[in-house]
Amino acid sequence: MQGGEAVYRGVCQGCHMADAKGATGAGRYPALANNAKLASTDYVLAMVMNGHKGMPPFRGHFTNQQIADVVNYVRTHFGNRFRGAVKPEDVQSLR
Amino acid sequence: MGGNRPAPSRRSLLSMIGVVAGSAAMYHAMTELGYAEGSSFNGPIKLSPPPAGSTVLVLGAGVAGMVAAMELRDAGYQVRVLEYNDRPGGRNWTLYGGDTFTELGGATQHVQFDPGQYINPGPWRLPYHHRGILHYASRLGVALEPFTQVNYNAYVHSTRAYGGKPQRYRQVQADFHGHVAELLAKSTRQNALDQAVSKEDREALMLALRNWGALDENYAYKATIASSMRRGFEVDPGGGLKSVPVPSEPSALSDVLQSNLWTAISAAHNYEMQSAIFQPKGGMGMIGKAMGKDLGPLIEYNCKVIDIHQDEKGVTATYVDSRGLAKEVRKATAKWCVCTIPTPILSQIPMNVGPAMKAAIDQLPYVAALKIGLQFKRRFWEEDEQIYGGHTYTDMPIAQIGYPMWDYFSKGKGVLLGAYTFGRAAYIAASKSPEERIKDALSQGSQIHPQYMSEYENGVAVAWHRVPWTLGCQGAWTEASRAAHYDNLCALDGRIVLANEHASRLPGWQEGSVLSALDAIGRLHARAVNS
Repeated sequence: MQGGEAVYRGVCQGCHMADAKGATGAGRYPALANNAKLASTDYVLAMVMNGHKGMPPFRGHFTNQQIADVVNYVRTHFGNRFRGAVKPEDVQSLR
Repeated sequence: MGGNRPAPSRRSLLSMIGVVAGSAAMYHAMTELGYAEGSSFNGPIKLSPPPAGSTVLVLGAGVAGMVAAMELRDAGYQVRVLEYNDRPGGRNWTLYGGDTFTELGGATQHVQFDPGQYINPGPWRLPYHHRGILHYASRLGVALEPFTQVNYNAYVHSTRAYGGKPQRYRQVQADFHGHVAELLAKSTRQNALDQAVSKEDREALMLALRNWGALDENYAYKATIASSMRRGFEVDPGGGLKSVPVPSEPSALSDVLQSNLWTAISAAHNYEMQSAIFQPKGGMGMIGKAMGKDLGPLIEYNCKVIDIHQDEKGVTATYVDSRGLAKEVRKATAKWCVCTIPTPILSQIPMNVGPAMKAAIDQLPYVAALKIGLQFKRRFWEEDEQIYGGHTYTDMPIAQIGYPMWDYFSKGKGVLLGAYTFGRAAYIAASKSPEERIKDALSQGSQIHPQYMSEYENGVAVAWHRVPWTLGCQGAWTEASRAAHYDNLCALDGRIVLANEHASRLPGWQEGSVLSALDAIGRLHARAVNS
């Protein structure tokens, strides 16, 4: 999977859904669309790398480039327009 | 023989077995030497009568919750169970024709299997040493039948070996054992193992290798009657005239080693894959159904818990109708609470427990897993390929094909387990629609069974991260997370104790749920009696 969109379509949308609006059952998958929490690159990076509350850690599944790409993708799509791109080096620093 | 060297320690002998025969053989040896143990189930739990007026709220009517509820009820507690679904069982779940399953994202699958056909999206095996869950199956009169894990006539398959052609399990196993036995016999004769094995053991080892690997009198693994008795014949022995068997030609050592297919051989030797294994007749869900029937009106269905609060007097769960049919917010209160809600969901429910338990819950997601059931017009695996039950292993994303272990030789239709996979492949499957998952499974499976495309009728695909009431398949522990959080997850917190496979060291097994529930209620009961 190359590029943020490919990673999102290939894995992330399994829970956050194709429109990034999440889903609700007994628990919920939070929407990434129009999500103010995504303003913080540190927050998004930590969530993808380490997981939390139902979100599995993906540090072992993806390369630094893939993680940087998908973080940048969700922060600039689905109604999100956050500045400040993550670089693979930033991902590496969390390993 | 190095006379001054000490005899091999048990651990070094184990390492040698591990190197030679793979970790499964090592595990087997460890079992015989008394290191590894089976289930800690010690017979039915006996709880003393609780203080008068003792009440318990059980959250979740899966195996853990219902075991806790039955035992606490029997001890004299007043029990109430809240369940999200409209049925008992939780992941103990069988899909039959006529069932519907709506996953997160809204896709609804209408299962179209014929009568008598089914798939277990969740657990499907009851190993003989899982004595806890077997006890409850027996107690509730659930009929069991054999579950075949290893079928020597099913396939092991690699897209990168043997030209992508599936190999019969027995051939690869015989060739792997035979060649390794021959190599080891050669080393032994060249005195390469003198430092590891005593002279007496060396003689025994030579005999054992010849026996184990079906070697000839010169300790060679070749096309002989002996090796064909393991891997099968080119022409089977017959009756009457022209009945002489023709031995089959083993694969070359390098082909066996490079095929990587020995991974499938060793996987099938795991403790939990060893005979005897059982399954309930008619589907794993029979156990959940029987437990639900036993508890009857004690279970309230369609309850979505939205808050759990404890104080010095008791525990209150706040809940709403999970179908959204009734709008009112309801409350259930008891002195004690056994909570079996999957941690990915529980982490999102406000609950006043201590920071240690809260941290343990928040760090435990559920793993990705995929199962697909495929109905075919006829049982071609039996009719064309003589495969009766058991599994084929492949390096394709579907990972396994499971053959139905009931109604053998029946002329009608059959349902295969068309995919059973975890990790990366399961994540990818969850990102696709049910139709796409099935299409992928058909395309991959047809590389093993070309009959797939012409015989396929219908299917159902369950990607566990899309399951609304679990958000995954089972607790995703690591060695590090267990060390940091496991005890905190299991510890009694005030009036609340957690139970489930995720609070056991048998992740994903119903036995883990049973043992977790029994341990949890034992500790809860001790506190109730002493409070």
